[in-house]
Amino acid sequence: MPSWKDDVEVLVDEGKISVPYSWTVGSTLSRFYCELRDNGKIWGNRCPSCGKVFVPPKIKCIDCYEDLRDWVMLPGTGTVETYTVVRYQEPVLHPRKAPFVYGVIKLDGADTGMVHFIGGVDPEEVKVGMRVEAVIEGEREGNILDIKHFRPIK
Amino acid sequence: MRYMEKVAIIGVGMTKYDRNSPLTFAEMVFEATSKAIEDAGISKDDVDNVVTVSSDFWDGRTISTMAVTDASNAYGRDITCVEGDGTFGALYGMMRILSGTFGITIVCAHHKGTESSMNGITNCAFDPLVERKLGLDAVSSAALQARRYMEKHGLLEEQFALVSVKNHGNAMRNPRSLLPMEITVDDVMNSRKIADPLKLLDCSPVTDGACTLVLAPERQAKKLTTTKKRVWMKGVGHCTDAFRLGDRDLADTRALKKAAKRAYDMAGIVDPREEIDFAEVYDAFSYMEPLWLEGLGICDDGKGCEYLERGWFDYGGKLPVNPSGGRLSANPVQAAGLYAMAEATLQLRGKAGKHQVRGAGTALVHGINGMCGQSHCVWILGR
Repeated sequence: MPSWKDDVEVLVDEGKISVPYSWTVGSTLSRFYCELRDNGKIWGNRCPSCGKVFVPPKIKCIDCYEDLRDWVMLPGTGTVETYTVVRYQEPVLHPRKAPFVYGVIKLDGADTGMVHFIGGVDPEEVKVGMRVEAVIEGEREGNILDIKHFRPIK
Repeated sequence: MRYMEKVAIIGVGMTKYDRNSPLTFAEMVFEATSKAIEDAGISKDDVDNVVTVSSDFWDGRTISTMAVTDASNAYGRDITCVEGDGTFGALYGMMRILSGTFGITIVCAHHKGTESSMNGITNCAFDPLVERKLGLDAVSSAALQARRYMEKHGLLEEQFALVSVKNHGNAMRNPRSLLPMEITVDDVMNSRKIADPLKLLDCSPVTDGACTLVLAPERQAKKLTTTKKRVWMKGVGHCTDAFRLGDRDLADTRALKKAAKRAYDMAGIVDPREEIDFAEVYDAFSYMEPLWLEGLGICDDGKGCEYLERGWFDYGGKLPVNPSGGRLSANPVQAAGLYAMAEATLQLRGKAGKHQVRGAGTALVHGINGMCGQSHCVWILGR
């Protein structure tokens, strides 16, 4: 049955929401990022109950719900657990142009994986199990991008 | 276990899946809810509360539930919100009834994916202090999970492609579907690379849609509807894994295993393989279907693709999976799980039309929340 709606020109209103935030980084991640910024070092924290080492550090052990008060400096080397070559462009979201590689890297001395970029290598050459090391930026601001990427260990 | 009152789904309403729908999301909710009330054969005045499945980010409005108050028949009643998949909205609806506080409950979900930026919004699901700055989103994180799953069990992209072939094929029988397609494994393999190992046809489409269920406590369900109409919520289980991707083994389905066990125990299911007649499983990406089927205990870990290749999950197979066409054929995020429950309800009534699964007496419906299936909700529905 014809409806009055059939003849309506439906309009589209282009909008955008832009709201500023000042997120507190908290003592756990602040310590992690200050060590990264000031000394170029990657630290994790360990559960006093199960011994699991988290990196980036967490406020609580996900299994034991314990405070993670023991801090450990990690060598910055690790193994690629999984990866993806990103082929699509998202200029606002992605800090770099595609194609680029994300990986989950199991850092030596840690029990959790860290998601970051894998660089310094042809994206087609990245493999699971590849040994990598962190490349620290020269100019650092105290956030996750102070690690430039992980590159294969020659 | 002491006797617990049962809850039934007595009405369902769905809009046809769409892209760039000319309807506002409130208009879509109005359509789905009107249809569901009519389907239940009740008056709008019989309803005493509403659960909306709404997301402020997707809608671009804060307190998004309030934007669908009129459309969902909530005016003058209690309205509340679940921000997550529709399967969790239905869970909250059932809990409200079982609390004894509420009677007939509407659960409605809507999504207008084509109005905004899928990648931008799912990027905002990540910790702004860690992963968000890297630009991760639902697609790139799923790709990390797909690769981990392949590596753990020696699986191939061609095996995942078969899921896409099957589900798009199933969609050919579903008149509401967005992407009914007869395609081949080669078509999937040759589709545009998105984030390896995922190609375009491994990914679900950005979709618009709204779906509403009418839930009723046992006594009212029996008074108001016939046995042919009502479908019982026989079991439900839900469980959550770690938020941060690196804190989980992405190929480990431990949260889903727990959720499934709870749902099976509640429904009295001992052997899901034998007792479930069909399943709607959350296939936002092709690889997810076999991975979740393993978590659901339908097959052993790493064996999902093998069963798929043997035709177990085909429309005419031993345990048809996603006879509706699944999320690969239409995925209004968050509404999708509620659609799956509505689809299962039609199947159990024997009213699914061309995609009716023969002898459908017990259905499994599965929904996920969060990146890479952080959280799972498993439903057992039955006649």
